[in-house]
Amino acid sequence: MLENFSFRTIVEYLPLFGQGFAATLWLSIVSFAGALAVGIILCAMNLQRSRLLQLPAKIYIDAIRATPLLAQLYFLYFGLPRLGVVLPELFVGILALALNSGAYIAEIIRAGILSISRGQVEAGIASGMTYAQRMRLVILPQAIRVTIPPLLGQAIVLVKDSALLSLISVAELTRAGQLLASDRFMPAEGFLTTAACYLVLYYGLKSLAVFSARWLGVRPIGSRT
Amino acid sequence: MIWFQLQSLMGSYPLALRGLGMTIALSGISLVLGTILGFALGVLRTSGSRWLDSAIGLWVDLIRGTPFLVQIFLIFFILPELGIELDAFTAGIIALTNLAACFICEIVAAGIRSVPTGQVEAALASGLSQWQRMRQVVLPQAMRVSLPPLVGQYVLLIKDSSVVSAIGLTDLTRVGWLVVQRVPNGLLVFAIVGIGYFVVCYPLILLARRLERRMSAAHGEVQL
Repeated sequence: MLENFSFRTIVEYLPLFGQGFAATLWLSIVSFAGALAVGIILCAMNLQRSRLLQLPAKIYIDAIRATPLLAQLYFLYFGLPRLGVVLPELFVGILALALNSGAYIAEIIRAGILSISRGQVEAGIASGMTYAQRMRLVILPQAIRVTIPPLLGQAIVLVKDSALLSLISVAELTRAGQLLASDRFMPAEGFLTTAACYLVLYYGLKSLAVFSARWLGVRPIGSRT
Repeated sequence: MIWFQLQSLMGSYPLALRGLGMTIALSGISLVLGTILGFALGVLRTSGSRWLDSAIGLWVDLIRGTPFLVQIFLIFFILPELGIELDAFTAGIIALTNLAACFICEIVAAGIRSVPTGQVEAALASGLSQWQRMRQVVLPQAMRVSLPPLVGQYVLLIKDSSVVSAIGLTDLTRVGWLVVQRVPNGLLVFAIVGIGYFVVCYPLILLARRLERRMSAAHGEVQL
């Protein structure tokens, strides 16, 4: 019953939650860096005129977006050993998160680049700039401005998605809650503490997103968080 | 080897169909309930009551700020402690409906806010009641803005329904998990699971894209 909600047990388990918090934080950062790399490559492929480059990127993005992360995670977790690649659960989890978020990030960057008005590109061409110069000097500096808030939104999604790694027994925040729930039969204490820790991360990232949107003078993040 | 595995997989197609049925039932029921609840919350949120607005806003933030897996665990393990007995299916429906309602509430509220105030004032001046204003003036216009993200949200909901496998419901993902214990070929098994989701989700993604394109085209006309 909730009347004997035990704060004492939570305090006892605080070191475990501290470790879980740190693990969630750094594995999210690593996955997000990976996702950025995947997203940039996919987006670059997607923006090419050559169908040979465009098509694989499009298929990949659609396949990721139309299937759940959990199925993708199990695909790698049960599938990689089949290919002779045996990785620790943690790496499988980071790989799954990076490959999943990468597809969404590719779309965010693409939307940012396409939001730059045609006139800017034409002005670049008229000034005799090459494609690379136009990209580097005209389009990207403006596109980065509009993509930062939605990228932070995607970071929020990624942090929350990382909870699924507990299902392949990666030691992170949700896992810490599960341990407390099963060791002491205290699900309320375990999962409410876990939820509180995620809320700290959520509000931190959210205020960062709102702040950056105001600072960059663009509209704040949409509803997909 | 692969033929043998394929044969073995063929044998588990009734299980796979049941899993697909469970996924569709779960997401279908909570999609309908979540849409109704989400619309109600969205209308309440923009009703002008400050207190209601911030109460709903706080709840939406709490749900958006925590992983769905944690929410499912909370509902499945804590409600029984409060004396509410529920099975995994009901817990899954409650969790998914709540999640859908929170996101849809935000989508609907954004749609309602996008309707110019002049429209509401015109409706007021024509002597329409509050209900008539909502139903005949505001909501039809809000729907045009809300429809594409709403369909996108349904896709997310169907995908999120895979997480309920964590409390033991045999949905499509859980079936994959069960089958892979017998047929040790994760690539094949989860590729098939993925195809199952793809068949359901991809048409919706295409629909959302088409709606979005149509809406931005319509928007362009208005601006001219």
